[in-house]
Amino acid sequence: MLSEPMLINIGPQHPATHGVLRLICELDGETVLKVTPDIGFLHSSFEKLGEYRTWNQIVPLTDRMDYLAPLMYNCVYVMAVEKLMGLEVTERCKVARVLCMEMERIFSHLLWLGTTAIDVGAFTPFLYAFQERERIYTLHENYTGARITTSATRVGGMMADFPDGWTDSLRDFVKTFPKTLNEIDSLLTTNGIHLGRTLDIGVISGEDAINYGFTGPNLRASGVDYDLRKDNPYYDYETYDFDVPIGENGDCYDRYLVRMEEMRQSLRILEQALDRLPGGPINVADPRVSLPSKTDCMNDMESMIHHFKLITEGISVPAGDCYFAVEGTKGELGMYVVSDGGEKPVRWRIRPPSFVNLSVIAKLAEGHLVSDLIMINASLDIVLGEIDR
Amino acid sequence: MAGENGSAFDAVEQGPEASGRNTETPHGGVGNPAEHPSVTALQGRFDSAVLRHEVQAGDQHVVFLDPGSNRAVLAWLRDDPEQRYDLLVDVTAVDYGGGRPLQIVYQLWSVPHKRALRIKCELPLDGLSIESVVQLWNAANWLEREVYDLFGVEFRDHPDLRRILMPQNYAEGHPLRKDFPLRGRFSRAEQTRRALSQDYHDDYTPEELEVGGAPGLAPPELPISTDEVGTRLD
Repeated sequence: MLSEPMLINIGPQHPATHGVLRLICELDGETVLKVTPDIGFLHSSFEKLGEYRTWNQIVPLTDRMDYLAPLMYNCVYVMAVEKLMGLEVTERCKVARVLCMEMERIFSHLLWLGTTAIDVGAFTPFLYAFQERERIYTLHENYTGARITTSATRVGGMMADFPDGWTDSLRDFVKTFPKTLNEIDSLLTTNGIHLGRTLDIGVISGEDAINYGFTGPNLRASGVDYDLRKDNPYYDYETYDFDVPIGENGDCYDRYLVRMEEMRQSLRILEQALDRLPGGPINVADPRVSLPSKTDCMNDMESMIHHFKLITEGISVPAGDCYFAVEGTKGELGMYVVSDGGEKPVRWRIRPPSFVNLSVIAKLAEGHLVSDLIMINASLDIVLGEIDR
Repeated sequence: MAGENGSAFDAVEQGPEASGRNTETPHGGVGNPAEHPSVTALQGRFDSAVLRHEVQAGDQHVVFLDPGSNRAVLAWLRDDPEQRYDLLVDVTAVDYGGGRPLQIVYQLWSVPHKRALRIKCELPLDGLSIESVVQLWNAANWLEREVYDLFGVEFRDHPDLRRILMPQNYAEGHPLRKDFPLRGRFSRAEQTRRALSQDYHDDYTPEELEVGGAPGLAPPELPISTDEVGTRLD
């Protein structure tokens, strides 16, 4: 028997770390004494790059952070800039962004579901989940032309309105997806192996979870009722009828249950948003951000100059700073934008939910087996593109 | 490399350009402190530590604190039953450039009272040091490490103040400071040489490496020497 602790290294190139994450584990036999996450392998300095770009040029950077929910990141960035400008988007744009954000919640949770199931040895849910994700990829592609790098928003609206028939395809997805979700549910929720691998693993109390900065499904699994869509509503979320699932024990199983239920609630929101999607323009008619029409440009000089200045200089945002957060797929996703009145931000900061959630793994995994460490890491639902930024 | 006539890539050799519209750090509107219960409470209790109050983006209240009393005030904000800012959402910093003071920004949220508050502390560039709040919120651990890594702010009493996103042996400075060029400070050849010459001794102390009872192994031999790599890429 070995009595001394052993140091082993998991990752950075390991499929079970869900990205380029390195976990340095100190083990006693198979028990984890201490785990030190090492991050930064994907660091791309998006925040620094943003300081060299105009406000609208930053949008493509946002979807490269969380490639599991690109539209959500596109939306929250422009929402922060619009809030700083005091710009109110059109009703159609609001509902369109709600559609995008709730679709991304399902999109991201499905990846988490598939890869987490595979980490505990269940291969079938992975195939089911990815088949459904493929349908959302198709929706992305039909709307934005890209599957992952969507860049769909602009300050003051969207890059374009939805193409013909797109909302019907989304409605079709909303109708048919619950069947697959129920099938996966029946495969995992009462599955003895899955229960054995997740019950009482990686437990954190509600009080600790808040202190460690947990947000999103991870926090709610510990029994804390905190959801920005209810507690600090944006885009009329208070008028949508949906429930926020709350867990009790704060273990991996509760985190699983909360996310499964969140997908169902997102479907409810999607249904209501599709029903209420109003007509009218998707982009706001505000001279600070929107281009004048081609006819105006050709007929009067002021419009021509305005068009020229918006294209060559970009929009300018009044001096000040603004923090805007939404209930992201992985937790509280905030954008902090600082302007000095110019065409480029002084500072653009992402409040990264996965980054803060991952910092807790050392506490959660202590005393568990190495195989449970993999499950705990999976249950946190991290994406390294956003952690490293 | 930029040509003689200059190109769009010139900027990568410099720090980000300021718009020149504001030579002073922008201030928000003067808000009514009575709109936010915590602001009036703070002004009443910590009169000398609260430097000023402003309102940003319409309804976001910002309180500027004396950097010397950040932990005492934040501890009160966390624990007082009327305040209960139990969730530390974010810790970050803003460098406005031009030698202006660097701002440390705390975003707070109170789960019971459903209120947000932004706290800022201004640090002069020649005194980038502030007390850590990890003892109050564990969430601050990695967030403060990130500010240390990217801005070079020292957090006193931080349990584990190391670089987090950049490599441990990174010697070019603190990338999010305004005087830092986008390309970095070293030449491409030097950056490559350093990247290839990293080994785990940069990250761990010898004691940590000896955890299994065995002494740390010597770093592996590279197929070519690191000096040679630099010259090949020049």
